[in-house]
Amino acid sequence: MKSIFKPGVFTLCLIPFFIITYKIFLNKLGPEPVKEITHFTGEWTLIFICITLSMNPLKRFTNFTFWIKIRRMLGLFVFFYATLHLLTYVVIDYRLDWNQIIDDVVKKKFIFIGFAAWLLLIPLVLTSSQKMIIALKHNWKKLHKLIYIIAIFGSLHFIWLSKTIYFKPLIYLIIIIFLLILRINFKRIISKTR
Amino acid sequence: MKKFKYSEITPENIYKNRRKFIKNMGLAAGSMFMGQNLITPASANTNKEELKLTDYRYVTTYNNYYEFGTGKSDPVERSQKFKTNPWDVIIDGEVENPITLSMDEILEMFPSEERVYKLRCVEGWSMIIPWLGFPLNKILNKALPTNKAKFVKFISVLDPEQMIGQRFPILDWPYKEGLRIDEAMHDLTILVTGLYGKKLPNQNGAPLRLMVPWKYGFKSSKAIVNIKLVEKMPTSSWMKASPNEYGFYSNVNPRVDHPRWSQSTERVIGGGIISPRIPTTMFNGYGDEVASLYTGMDLRKYF
Ligand code: HEM
Repeated sequence: MKSIFKPGVFTLCLIPFFIITYKIFLNKLGPEPVKEITHFTGEWTLIFICITLSMNPLKRFTNFTFWIKIRRMLGLFVFFYATLHLLTYVVIDYRLDWNQIIDDVVKKKFIFIGFAAWLLLIPLVLTSSQKMIIALKHNWKKLHKLIYIIAIFGSLHFIWLSKTIYFKPLIYLIIIIFLLILRINFKRIISKTR
Repeated sequence: MKKFKYSEITPENIYKNRRKFIKNMGLAAGSMFMGQNLITPASANTNKEELKLTDYRYVTTYNNYYEFGTGKSDPVERSQKFKTNPWDVIIDGEVENPITLSMDEILEMFPSEERVYKLRCVEGWSMIIPWLGFPLNKILNKALPTNKAKFVKFISVLDPEQMIGQRFPILDWPYKEGLRIDEAMHDLTILVTGLYGKKLPNQNGAPLRLMVPWKYGFKSSKAIVNIKLVEKMPTSSWMKASPNEYGFYSNVNPRVDHPRWSQSTERVIGGGIISPRIPTTMFNGYGDEVASLYTGMDLRKYF
């Protein structure tokens, strides 16, 4: 039972990747294919951030440790989709035109914060191995709290790039804030203030 | 509705041949075709990609028309039942002869001619479209503007019953836009009644829309009901929504960035995933014709 769980989740996580590859090769992306790929991979990055953030609350509410076991893999999928998203922008859209890309990162605040979120993912990926968890001890937990900042940056990125309607980006922001609030240990705060 | 005779019998393969012809003509094409009402961007547009007409399919399914929703396919999906008949257009304000014309009268009085123009959206994409229309100045002159008429304000229809998007305060409805009088009087500025030799589809702004080829697409109001000549610079719906992002002039300008989009390049719609961005040209390529309207103006300040 246990042994099929992880490969199963892994395969599920790849479904968006297969969908977009299929669409690219069968030319099903409509009039603005590049934008379509950017949007698709960007949104899935944000969805994976939300899924990853749900694992800890799910563990607490269901008392299953299973959720924590797949958390690292989900986190790595955040990086996978974020990197596809970044590569779409850098390689397919701007064809490695570095002047233009650097200009964008510096001048456009939505690109800046998206790029910052991607950079912050790197230390998390580098310290994701079992070895690193042991080596960093309690610092590992502290370091991996970075995902909270990444999540906020990711949703701000979405809000700032939207033209007039903030409906969808706001939904993501609300979900993320909700998932973060679930982590606050209210009992401890109350007992401290007493 | 009998004004489309010539165009209605022009099958799409003629456009394809003509496209080939334009390609062969290269740079000279722009000015050469002026007389024949085929006006492609004049300056520095030898790029083949740029002279290729955008597929009718894309022109009519990929639209920004927030009255019908903010998605690109919302307009085509939600506008098919939109009623454009009867339709009256009022030309009033600072004029000696305010007039109200029905769409039939407009089609009767101002024969439509074909103009191939590039449409450059502020979002960084472009299409090349064979429009049918007539110069705006023809209709303005009928109303006899007074010397107080310094600007022209365009007011689009307000009809939340039929236009779902207008039920939400996305923009200041009805849609408002404006031009300076000399811009409005310019021969390149046209009122559009059709495209690709056909009656203007609802999703493209039927029955009457504006097309100002050297400005970003949102300046070209759709479903116009009132053309008002005014003394003071009008505030457009987009200026009101976000004054630091959308200026009154909104001339296509690769050197002045929008806070969210770089304007130095654009994607050609229909090019697919392989085709690269192309450089955006000053005034969308119509600099030879219109740059003189702005001599001495700081276009960074008046964006
Ligand atoms: C963790 C990091 C990131 C997340 C969560 C993220 C998420 C998103 C989301 C949700 C969208 C909108 C999708 C839609 O409209 O359906 C988007 C669009 C976009 N993102 Fe990101 N993104 C990230 C990093 C980046 C980076 C590093 C870049 C480039 C350097 C970037 C560039 C863009 C661009 C250019 C768009 C499209 C903007 C437009 O349509 O005008 N993003 N992203």
